[in-house]
Amino acid sequence: MRFYDRSLKLYETLAQDLNYNVMFSQRGHLTLAHTDAALRTMRWRAEVNKLERIDSEVIGPADIAGLVPELDVSSHPRYPVLGGLFHPPGGIIRHDAVVWGYARAADALGVALHQQTEVTGIDVEAGRVRGVRTNRGSITAPVVVNCTAGWSSLVCDLAGVAVPITTYPLQAAVTEPVRPFLHTVVVSGTLHVYVSQTDRGELVFGAATDPYPSYSTRGTLEFTESVAAHVLELMPSLAPLRVLRQWAGLCDMTPDFSPIMGRTPVAGFLVDIGWGTYGFKAAPVAGETMAELIATDRVPKLISAFDLDRFADGRLVGERGAAAVGH
Amino acid sequence: MITCPWCGSRDTSEFAYAGEGNPRPDPATASPEAWRRYLYVRRNPDGWTTELWRHRVGCGTYLRLERHRTTDEVRLARAVGGDPA
Repeated sequence: MRFYDRSLKLYETLAQDLNYNVMFSQRGHLTLAHTDAALRTMRWRAEVNKLERIDSEVIGPADIAGLVPELDVSSHPRYPVLGGLFHPPGGIIRHDAVVWGYARAADALGVALHQQTEVTGIDVEAGRVRGVRTNRGSITAPVVVNCTAGWSSLVCDLAGVAVPITTYPLQAAVTEPVRPFLHTVVVSGTLHVYVSQTDRGELVFGAATDPYPSYSTRGTLEFTESVAAHVLELMPSLAPLRVLRQWAGLCDMTPDFSPIMGRTPVAGFLVDIGWGTYGFKAAPVAGETMAELIATDRVPKLISAFDLDRFADGRLVGERGAAAVGH
Repeated sequence: MITCPWCGSRDTSEFAYAGEGNPRPDPATASPEAWRRYLYVRRNPDGWTTELWRHRVGCGTYLRLERHRTTDEVRLARAVGGDPA
């Protein structure tokens, strides 16, 4: 949680730091509880959050109806809304803008970014990384960081490093744009669905990862059917809305759903992988801590628990601050 | 669509993925490293792979089938306990 909190602080000033509008909108994040067990877990999460001075509280159906009038908080649905964990600083961000902003700032600092360049091999000599081969030539380097997503285990294979990662598609869909009415992000773990509205008015629907590992990025009808059914259970008034498009992204899932950051058995070959559904919100702090590791050759305390060795030692990480609908 | 040896060609949503189906190490002799590999390390290839599926809302049989992890194309499904005669 401290790890995420640091990241949120970095996001709050990111637009100024990069001189780029990343459309960061702290509109509030509402996780719904449909069972007594979920409500208990939420109370516990809220207390842990407060201990870390993170703004988060459990609210009842009446307050939920005040925040999101479209939500059906009656006792009619199969899984009625019993309460929710409200986290006011939670929000959404324009992910493309974050990447563009970082790329432009890195370029201005003299970092060379090679787009459309495929890594075809990683040179390892006597247990030390020597460089990277690409389809446009070779690069010699004493330190190589694998921070790919989707194909991270295949890139690790190039260096001969076995990692506990399986790749699952995660699908999402957007509807046609409508007048803004939804001012918070609504998540339901029981129904495996999240809903938010973009600044353009489209509703974004997401759900759990697909039920089998794949590198396919095609959308499936099963996904659209199930997500639509769950969204309508929460907000029946959305029934006339049409889905404009859907897509799938690849998630590298680890056994404990937490990322792997730090060293590998190959000296100089570092990883920052397995982010799966762990959250875009961690990106700034992941960059900051990995840069510290490269510069000082010491693993920062914030990420020491995320090392690759934890799977051999039985120290799996159960992060409560993760959004991770796929858990 | 997946062809179940018992039930014939059925919609994929009737089936559940049940893992790579790697053999379990012998608890009497396996090293911690072998256990780690069995529990956590996955091949995660982007091409053809052999895996276990279960005909969840059909006959319940476990199937061993080959699937291409980029195209999701499926071929050769066999029942684990043996195909019908």
